[in-house]
Amino acid sequence: MEHQQAAKIGEERGEAMIVIDSLCKSFGDNHVLKNFSLTLHSQENLVVLGRSGSGKSVLIKCIIGLLQPDSGEIIVFGNNVVQLSHHELDMLRTQVGFLFQSNALYDSMTVRENLEFPMRRHWFEISQREVDDMVMEALDNVNLGHTAEMMPAELSGGMAKRIALARTMILRPKIILYDEPTTGLDPITAREIESLMLKLHDKYKTSSIIISHDMNCVKTTADRVALLLDGRCYTDGSFEELEKSDDEHVKQFFE
Amino acid sequence: MNPIARSKDFLSQTGQISRFAGHLFSLGAKPPYEIKEFLAQCFFIGYRSLPLVGLTGFIMGLVLTMQLRPSLVYYGVQSRLPVMVGVAIVREIGPVITALIFAGKIGSSIGAELGSMKVTEQIDAMEVSGTNPYKYLVATRVVAGTLMLPVLTMLADVISLFGAYIGVNISAVTSFKLFFLQILHTIEFGDVLPAFIKTFFFGFAVSMVGCYKGYNSSRGTRGVGNSANTAVVLSSVLIFVIDLLAVQVTSILGLN
Ligand SMILES: Nc1ncnc2c1ncn2[C@@H]1O[C@H](COP(=O)(O)OP(=O)(O)OP(=O)(O)O)[C@@H](O)[C@H]1O
Ligand SMILES: [Mg+2]
Repeated sequence: MEHQQAAKIGEERGEAMIVIDSLCKSFGDNHVLKNFSLTLHSQENLVVLGRSGSGKSVLIKCIIGLLQPDSGEIIVFGNNVVQLSHHELDMLRTQVGFLFQSNALYDSMTVRENLEFPMRRHWFEISQREVDDMVMEALDNVNLGHTAEMMPAELSGGMAKRIALARTMILRPKIILYDEPTTGLDPITAREIESLMLKLHDKYKTSSIIISHDMNCVKTTADRVALLLDGRCYTDGSFEELEKSDDEHVKQFFE
Repeated sequence: MNPIARSKDFLSQTGQISRFAGHLFSLGAKPPYEIKEFLAQCFFIGYRSLPLVGLTGFIMGLVLTMQLRPSLVYYGVQSRLPVMVGVAIVREIGPVITALIFAGKIGSSIGAELGSMKVTEQIDAMEVSGTNPYKYLVATRVVAGTLMLPVLTMLADVISLFGAYIGVNISAVTSFKLFFLQILHTIEFGDVLPAFIKTFFFGFAVSMVGCYKGYNSSRGTRGVGNSANTAVVLSSVLIFVIDLLAVQVTSILGLN
């Protein structure tokens, strides 16, 4: 597949987009991440697999700076996220898209305003026509051109997920973090979201971390799979490698 | 909870709110400013509260006058009715009632709005899109609330005096001109200024508490309802506390 080749090339160049090194995060006595280490290479789709409550959402929230890790390093584009100032972090965040598990569309704004919101704040010189063009392009990317004037409450779950994806992509981020993009959707809609993710990956040459426990989604999107267990990266490898593994813990996921 | 734990809890919460409010001066003062959202909030907070504030102000003036009349008649000083009502409205009842209505309408709506944005991760979404949610959501609402309540109070005062005029006229005919001249003659700068200044503090307290409660809402729908509710309760209490402090300060300054 095309995107898998692209990822190989990225790996050969050894370009690391995100490097996570011995990350620890706990909430009181609940030690969620314990010495978690992982590297995301350029143009790679990396799936992080883990049980519910194992700390997958916590992991990507640390990457984007929504949560402060207790210790460890998170290097994104060569910057240590933990040490960035407010302003530097905001600049970094325009390069990193985040798709929320709950979509998190602004429910007091129309779909169009939802998409314009990130743009207006970072590209001050942009004209209204350019904004309109980009909004239409983003909506066409997810095949929802007709929904521009609708409110988020009027959208179905699958549509809301696609709009959220369009909003995530609108600043043309180089890295995208997906938090369970297909959970809670029917299988057909889930396949649609997966193919959209792959389409956008090829079109904009992004690198992504995808959190999931939907095996279909893992199989179609993953270049590499990492297993989050007991707060550590238990193992990683291609889908086929892990599928054939004899390890008890790995097998559980592939049954 | 025992009284000691209770007061400890109250003090730590006061500290947290102060820290939260402190960000307004460190963060909110820095450009870029969210002008568009600020104006939208002024419209929402100010304009949309007008009918309610006007109606309650009118009834307040009318009822107050009708209630006061018998006592004044008893002492044979019913001719002082406009003055008494005027002073009561401008100095105390106008600002406090308007602020309480404001707490009920605006404090709860800010608390519920930010609370539901918090639990549905919209505030996080704003943050990851590189917008500072404190500046966009909190600073705009607090500044708008602080500036709009004084305006609303002035309008409520005027409408309320109009209600008082009608109240006076129910049982004795007074000319409109005479009524207002009498009030304007008695009311001094020292009556109006402290009352006006304290409304800024009321507006600040109500919108800040609403934002704080919403922003720190706990997860779930229960949390949202809770933050709207406690926002109203806490800001209503604060209004009376500020009122008490204001009367002390003005008397120390010799303004009354
Ligand atoms: N803000 C928080 N405060 C306290 N504890 C938290 C917080 N966020 C997450 N946790 C805890 O961290 C643990 C991991 O949560 P997380 O949301 O990362 O799970 P997850 O792997 O994403 O699960 P799911 O697949 O259900 O989304 C849970 O035990 C949760 O209680
Ligand atoms: Mg999660």
